[in-house]
Amino acid sequence: MYQANNEKIEKGSIDWISVGFYLLFIIMGWFSIYAASFDLDNATSIFDLSGRAGKQLIWMGASLIVAFAIMKIDTSFYETYALLFYSIGILLLLITLVIAPDINGSRSWFVLGPIRFQPAEFMKFLIALALSRIFNMFNFKLMTTKNLLLVSTVILFPALIVIMQSETGTALVYLSFILVLYREGLPGVILFIGLAAIALFVMGVKFSADLMGMFSLGEFINMILIILFIVVLIWAYVRRWRTAVYVLGLSGSIFLAAFLTSLFGIKVDYSLVALIALISVIFYVIYLFLRYRLRDYLWILLFALFSIAFTESIEFAFNDVLQPHQQMRIKVALGMEEDLQGSGYHVGQSKIAIGSGGLSGKGYLNGTQTKLKYVPEQDTDFIFCTIGEEFGFIGSSVIVILFLIFIIHLATIAERQTTIFGRVYGYGVVSVFAFHLLVNIGMVIGLVPVIGIPLPLFSYGGSSLLGFTIMLFIFLRIDQTRRRL
Amino acid sequence: MNSNNNPYSSRRYIIVGIIVVVAIIYIIQLFSLQILNPKYREFADSNAFYNRTLYPSRGSIYDRNGKMLVYNQPTYDVMMTVREMGKFDTLDFCETLNINMATYHRLEADMKDKKKNRGYTSYTPQLFMSQLDVEAYGVLQEKLYKFPGIYIQSRTERQYNYPNMGLLLGYIAEVDQRKMDEDPYYKRGDYVGKSGIELSHEKDLRGEKGVEVLLRDARGRIQGKYQNGEHDRSAVSGKDLKLGIDIDLQAYGEYLMQNKIGSIVMIEPKTGEILCMVAAPSYDPAILTGKDFSTNYLQLVRNPYKPLINRAIAGNYPPGSTFKPSQGLVFLQEGIIKEDTRFSCYHGYPPLGGRPACHGHASPLSLQYALATSCNSFFSYGLNYMLNNRQKYSNTAEAFEVWKNYMVAMGFGYKLGVDLPSESRGFIPNSKFYTKVLGRQNWNAHNIISIAIGQGEVLTTPLQIANFAALIANRGYFYAPHVVQEIKGGQLDTIYTNRRESGIDRGYYELTVNGMADAVTSGTCRGTYLGPELTVCGKTGTAENPHGDDHSLFMGFAPKDDPQVAIVVVVENGRFGATNAVPIGKLMFEKFFYGEVLPGDQYLEDMIANRVILPNVYIKNSRPKPIIRKDSISQNSDSTKVIAIN
Repeated sequence: MYQANNEKIEKGSIDWISVGFYLLFIIMGWFSIYAASFDLDNATSIFDLSGRAGKQLIWMGASLIVAFAIMKIDTSFYETYALLFYSIGILLLLITLVIAPDINGSRSWFVLGPIRFQPAEFMKFLIALALSRIFNMFNFKLMTTKNLLLVSTVILFPALIVIMQSETGTALVYLSFILVLYREGLPGVILFIGLAAIALFVMGVKFSADLMGMFSLGEFINMILIILFIVVLIWAYVRRWRTAVYVLGLSGSIFLAAFLTSLFGIKVDYSLVALIALISVIFYVIYLFLRYRLRDYLWILLFALFSIAFTESIEFAFNDVLQPHQQMRIKVALGMEEDLQGSGYHVGQSKIAIGSGGLSGKGYLNGTQTKLKYVPEQDTDFIFCTIGEEFGFIGSSVIVILFLIFIIHLATIAERQTTIFGRVYGYGVVSVFAFHLLVNIGMVIGLVPVIGIPLPLFSYGGSSLLGFTIMLFIFLRIDQTRRRL
Repeated sequence: MNSNNNPYSSRRYIIVGIIVVVAIIYIIQLFSLQILNPKYREFADSNAFYNRTLYPSRGSIYDRNGKMLVYNQPTYDVMMTVREMGKFDTLDFCETLNINMATYHRLEADMKDKKKNRGYTSYTPQLFMSQLDVEAYGVLQEKLYKFPGIYIQSRTERQYNYPNMGLLLGYIAEVDQRKMDEDPYYKRGDYVGKSGIELSHEKDLRGEKGVEVLLRDARGRIQGKYQNGEHDRSAVSGKDLKLGIDIDLQAYGEYLMQNKIGSIVMIEPKTGEILCMVAAPSYDPAILTGKDFSTNYLQLVRNPYKPLINRAIAGNYPPGSTFKPSQGLVFLQEGIIKEDTRFSCYHGYPPLGGRPACHGHASPLSLQYALATSCNSFFSYGLNYMLNNRQKYSNTAEAFEVWKNYMVAMGFGYKLGVDLPSESRGFIPNSKFYTKVLGRQNWNAHNIISIAIGQGEVLTTPLQIANFAALIANRGYFYAPHVVQEIKGGQLDTIYTNRRESGIDRGYYELTVNGMADAVTSGTCRGTYLGPELTVCGKTGTAENPHGDDHSLFMGFAPKDDPQVAIVVVVENGRFGATNAVPIGKLMFEKFFYGEVLPGDQYLEDMIANRVILPNVYIKNSRPKPIIRKDSISQNSDSTKVIAIN
């Protein structure tokens, strides 16, 4: 599909659609920053260089110059020196860790005289470059122990340093490269296990307080989820849909029997029923393994047993491993707490700001919540509030949709790359932009715990803007010079 | 670009799919926040807009001669915005306000209690303590910088120039929850009229609150006016009231009525304006302002003589002989009697063996003389002949309905509509009532004969009797009595400017007036004789009271030919009309016409003023019991019970 299109695209030209999106986003971001930092008492001009918008304007200019420069450098430069750049990046991260002053609890700022930046921001595209370089090696196969270890280290080592700099959010961004790995052959089951773990964790925490018979409601839901996971795995991996239906039927009939019993006035503890169903399903899987000697059944069995152990340890992990403020953020995001004074204050105020926008918003510069500084971090991490308040549902959903189109477009470009280097780098860009977008907006609208990462190209901040600019334009440069077929 | 190079190509759909699904969830969440959930808008407004209320000054009240009765003086409320409160020295704060820590915690708890203070939010200034005195205000103002989140809001308090007519003026107090629910105009901490004129003319007096919309940032700092004050509304001051009351007359009436229970009502017949309305016992209106309000209010509630009841409008008494002129008028109008119809009296009503009894006078006698001497027998005959007149009426019930309708036309049996709360309607029975009470269809005049002399089931308020006197003075019409003569910048209700007719010929009134004039010159009210140039017309009354001494009543007007004033005096347990009510009536006339008591009547004034006529009351356990704040209407029904038995 893409191949056919590729022939028609002007050869060797820049992907102007992406450049258009980029310019649109930074200009909208610039206006949003002006609105978010607008002071009612002494409103300054949007060009006033002492204001936030003015400063952002300088960063925008710098970014454009950098972008222009990137487009002039040969692609092989990035490929050749990818690992060197990566090493320099790691070195800077380590130096920062040692010399960084404490700025708002974060030790991520590299300060050298007048220069002040966050190496962690630039590490994003450096990891992407390094991964691309590694995947581009001749006959590279991801699914070997050595290569898996190498790739994991490339991602996790900087993540570890960044966590030590108290920038957990950025570390999570690095983990988003798992999408790249998935695209390049990481078994889907790993992604599935990851999603399953999140689902079990969310349900286990959210409903841990509601009791249901001898288990909590969370455990009850998780037991049913585990049964469903087993069904899905048998269906998708063993590819025996009849067996999957049998498993479903087995657990279903146990519940039906329990329900019929309850009709005779006998009080039925459904959580116990779920446990019986789960145990029956597990024994059935053991039987299947013994009968057919398929290793897949063993893996499914292991998955089921780990899931049960995971479910049982959630409460412990939540209460004893996580810090109280982290627990609170998770509880707020799961809607368990409406703590408007403490952890929930950010999210509460940001939801108020967005919610008060209504359909079409209060109009540019007319938002009261952001102008009066009710929303914290309103020109950086919470900049989406300003858009939500002043442009309402129409404005904010348009931004989400524009970003979505932009990301899909980037994925399309990534797919049309003729080199593995280009494709892996492209998916790196897609992963980072998508993760930033989804986590940032999810946080602002109260669906994701508060993780301090900026909205790409919108949020105020030089490092962030430059980081995204470099990342994007290297990709556009790679795309421009790709080998045409 | 082939399967070698790109074996997992189809996974791009899953990657993009996940991102699209999450984005769709986000758009749904945005829809729910921004479109489905209006509460965020309200939150935002309460966050950002601080509506500073601008309180109008309440209208002042003047008497008919322009003397100022009620005005306003500034007082200060302490407001607290919890969210803005930093750590401050609570002890110092308490000392400044002259309260102790326990009070501080109670006030704070009250303020934060959403049941008591529904509008509570930690973002907006909330009423912490009201009515700071001037000294404490001064100290607090100086120290205010030490107490972040504390504001002082000034408003005004009622001040009174005279210690009189507390019942009539009424009082204002903080609005209660019920009123706030009824009328969203009121917010916690607002003051509202609770009784008297303050209640009945609340809408005129209060004015309209204004509002100033200010923008406030997250730290509670005011950032200026919202859109340059485009949404502001300035406060509209309350309207001043000019009463028909003459404060000197009122004060004098209260002086005479001290240590007695009862009422004096004087009405200007030509307009229906109430010149004075004394209800005893009463209280000084000033005691129900300021910080001592609750203590004093409790005292008034517990007082066994019930000083919170305005007996002039809410007291129900049998009118006694003051009712007789109304009977004569009905009989004349219906042709039952003529000017010269005479009935006999032998120390009572002969057909029932001398019941109701009467005193010694010439017999047989005509209406004019019957009024002058207050003959019971004459009016009993009249009622008997009327109810048994089968030429005119087909049965007793029909005749009785005709009688009742005249009574109602003369202002009895229903509220007159005075511009005061808690007016009682009195009681005029109808035929159904008797059918029910007597338990049979064929009841007759003799069963109910005592209503002809104002006893039995008939009950009237002093105001109704005074109004009746005004009706006679006007020879056949009246204006609904009212205390407010003029609303400055407003319009009086038309019920006070529309003449009400009684449906009885003017000629019959002349006859009645002559009888009442005779009563003063040679009959029962000789005590009010003020000489030949000021002809007083009057009628005494003695209302039987099974629980103690009879009530003493006097009704009259003067001068006879150009009436300036109509009066009623009721002294509970004052025995014969002539004993107490008549001398009080005379003194009030003198005060009204001459501005002072005639030198020869000084002794009378002293004697009356010093007279104590109070029934013994059993003082119940005076330990505080839970006070149920009754509204005016239930207080009224309470008084009805008490006084109806008396």
